[in-house]
Amino acid sequence: MNKYEQHEYDVMVVGAGGAGLRAAIEASAHGAKTALVCKSLLGKAHTVMAEGGVAAALASADARDSWQVHFRDTMRGGNFLNQWRMAQLHAQEAPDRVRELQEWGAVFDRTKDGGILQRNFGGHTYPRLAHVGDRTGLEMIRTLQDKGIHQGIDVFMECTIRSLLKDGDRVAGGFGYWRETGRFVLFNAKAVVLATGGIGRCWEISSNSWEYTADGHAMAMWAGADLVDMEFIQFHPTGMVWPPSVRGTLITEGVRGEGGVLKNKDGERFMFRNIPEMFRGDYAETEEEADRWVASVIANERPDARRPPELLKRDVVARAIRREVIAGRGSPHGGVFLDIASKRTPEEIVRKLPGMYHQFKELADVDITKDPMEVGPTCHYMMGGVRVNPETQESTVPGLFAAGEVSGGMHGANRLGGNSLSDLLVFGKRAGEFAAKHAKGMDSFPSINQGEVESFAREALGPFDPAEGENPYTIHEDLRTMMQRRVGIVRSEDDLRFALEELGRLRERAGRVKSGGNIQYNPGWHLALDLWNMIDISEAVTRAALTRTESRGGHTREDFPETDKEWGKRNLVIRKPGDEIIVAEEPLAPMPEDLQALVNKAD
Amino acid sequence: MADEVTLSIHRGTQESGSMVEYKVPRQPGMVILDAVHSVQAMHAPDLACRWNCKAGKCGSCSGEVNGKPRLMCMDRVDKYPAGETITVRPMKTFPIIKDLVTDVSWNYEVNKKIPPFKPKAGTDWKFSQEEANRIQEFRKCIECFLCQDVCHVLRDHSKKEKFGGPRFLVRAASLEMHPIDDDDRLEVVRKELGVGLCNITKCCTEVCPEHIHITDNAIIPLKERVVDRHYDPVLWLWRKVTGKG
Ligand SMILES: Cc1cc2nc3c(=O)[nH]c(=O)nc-3n(C[C@H](O)[C@H](O)[C@H](O)COP(=O)(O)OP(=O)(O)OC[C@H]3O[C@@H](n4cnc5c(N)ncnc54)[C@H](O)[C@@H]3O)c2cc1C
Ligand code: SF4
Ligand code: SF4
Ligand code: FES
Repeated sequence: MNKYEQHEYDVMVVGAGGAGLRAAIEASAHGAKTALVCKSLLGKAHTVMAEGGVAAALASADARDSWQVHFRDTMRGGNFLNQWRMAQLHAQEAPDRVRELQEWGAVFDRTKDGGILQRNFGGHTYPRLAHVGDRTGLEMIRTLQDKGIHQGIDVFMECTIRSLLKDGDRVAGGFGYWRETGRFVLFNAKAVVLATGGIGRCWEISSNSWEYTADGHAMAMWAGADLVDMEFIQFHPTGMVWPPSVRGTLITEGVRGEGGVLKNKDGERFMFRNIPEMFRGDYAETEEEADRWVASVIANERPDARRPPELLKRDVVARAIRREVIAGRGSPHGGVFLDIASKRTPEEIVRKLPGMYHQFKELADVDITKDPMEVGPTCHYMMGGVRVNPETQESTVPGLFAAGEVSGGMHGANRLGGNSLSDLLVFGKRAGEFAAKHAKGMDSFPSINQGEVESFAREALGPFDPAEGENPYTIHEDLRTMMQRRVGIVRSEDDLRFALEELGRLRERAGRVKSGGNIQYNPGWHLALDLWNMIDISEAVTRAALTRTESRGGHTREDFPETDKEWGKRNLVIRKPGDEIIVAEEPLAPMPEDLQALVNKAD
Repeated sequence: MADEVTLSIHRGTQESGSMVEYKVPRQPGMVILDAVHSVQAMHAPDLACRWNCKAGKCGSCSGEVNGKPRLMCMDRVDKYPAGETITVRPMKTFPIIKDLVTDVSWNYEVNKKIPPFKPKAGTDWKFSQEEANRIQEFRKCIECFLCQDVCHVLRDHSKKEKFGGPRFLVRAASLEMHPIDDDDRLEVVRKELGVGLCNITKCCTEVCPEHIHITDNAIIPLKERVVDRHYDPVLWLWRKVTGKG
């Protein structure tokens, strides 16, 4: 008899957001015995919070849209660092994945002729985001959840995976604990799909929940997998800034898609001054033109004007807001103003943006149908992640797959809004399919190394040992404040070097952490363990950021403000072969000529 | 003190628990969940509570604040009289795991009993926004289970084997009223979900943070449909009193 509870599965999926659910549905549809493991209750993953929509060239709101345009937008959005094949598959397959959701019961907002309505979003040439008001993620996760429960998938809720198990080079499963009892549990699996989401809890001002402690990124790196593009973090331009309780909470880009405008304290629409070279000519140059665009969008007509510069991609808007604030032209609480009240009627605002209306009314005492919102950048999305084969989503470790926010490559240096929900569906499906095929190709289960298990168990119990030790919440707060200041929207060599030293000190402190209490449902203990993931991945981000001596997308260097053509030919890959985290430069995969021509078009 | 908040929070398990008092600094705009987090950070690192979105979107942080079912992340501290202790308890209808965390797994079991969406053969997938509105209301549900918590059939009479609760009647309604759905779940609604046990007190509707008209728009229409096949004394009485139907 084994010392620990143990399960055997063909495929273990870690994470039950959009990517994990979609992967599990696909794996089990391919006949694999599938486990779906998640830290929270089913249906509560980050995906539930997504607001604006899912991007897919369905061309139901504008017939000119096609996968080629979506591909081009995605590559331009990512400053051309994207893994081109992923961007291509994504653009080609997203429409089918969205229609499939509809077939599974999702109810998207409708066009006049009864099809799926699509809205405008930053960086997308045509209205492309299928949506449900401002709760698209809820619709998506509930649809997948309700599909999944009838599919014979075994769900392990409130079960946290701590480490991956290896059998030689290949993955052998995972080691984790039940949150409720604290008891350890082993999964022996032929294939593992990581779908654990992002790393936003490493920063102080963040739209991310407690779950985003970089678990999947860290586990993959520890297991020997390559990570890619780790220097690129998306700060969403519009987080709430006041009151402190909601600082960082997201305001959907849908507000701007519906006509909302950004103003500084002098009432100036400063985005007109902030259109980068690459996008000049694509955006309205006067308020009059921008207003005409909004008017035709509201009237559901094809606009003859160019779109407002508020809909530029996120890294551009976030930096512009930061500059306004630093120049002393910000709002009272250190943001800028986002005004929809002067652009749309109260009825329209409440109907199209009910969540935002509610959120401001209840939490900030602001009626957005009358007054502007105060907004500022918030850490939102991790572009970087596990480096995968674009077709199969397999990492550099055999049998280990990754999909969704935890994987890297698809979005390059910056992600377009709406491209995450579609990414989850497209690559979740692929990961599930190829994980199932991988499992089928194996005659027997990989073996579990008991020594490895014992060392994980010892490590996990560490925070109960010390008689004296530091509070995990304090260490976490210090990490977040430090990362915000030193590895934030704008970075410099001095700050990054300082951050590395600080991370060393935080690592020492984490070695003396004391969780207190007992092992049952103990968030202090859970956080104490998560500190290790967050510190290691913060270091990966910092090292990559230090190496890339240019500015591009979600990585801005004060000391290297220009985008450098040479750097545009390379990705940074992160590995941890021993005790050290190392950075390597690797050339981009060459893009076929026909795709290259698409990307260059009209540039 | 005005710049402090005093909370009395349930600590412990189903078998042995007690209310413990904590004081934390007051912040502008603070919600109950912030106060609970401050207690974790300052006094009780092992205090168990659930949360995810902190913006009323995920339905994780349900509890009972001063005896009222609430999402803790949407419940402003300054709503309560300054200087008075605020009590925070887990939902009563479900077994306590620890502190503010309850075992809600029963809900997931009920959900499995509801047959999934089944599209009409050969549909062209076109339907209007007006048709969508009707079920989009139900699909706003964030599964906070506050309606389940407050419903007396579950809360006071523990009829969990016989009654699926308002949340799952809402879910059944969202499928039954889907313009493209082709299945018939009325037997499930009657027998498995026990729609007849609801006596239309509307307590569920009152607590729903998504403002879903659970009783009027979901339960009563389901009762109507079931009654076309079977007798329901509550609905009969309801029609007599309100003159509706
Ligand atoms: C407020 C907000 C709004 C957004 N709006 C949009 C939008 O409109 N459009 C868009 O495209 N994108 C949007 N995004 C981004 C998008 O929602 C996320 O990138 C996406 O949902 C991530 O999905 P995922 O499946 O990769 O991970 P998640 O949905 O985050 O799921 C992660 C899962 O992994 C589990 N997990 C993590 N670690 C472990 C572990 N150690 N053991 C076991 N389980 C674990 C978690 O419990 C969870 O189930 C938004 C994000 C936020 C925060
Ligand atoms: S109306 Fe019905 S379901 Fe709602 S609380 Fe009353 S008895 Fe329960
Ligand atoms: S119907 Fe309303 S109260 Fe009930 S679970 Fe859903 S959101 Fe919560
Ligand atoms: S934390 Fe999501 S509803 Fe409160």
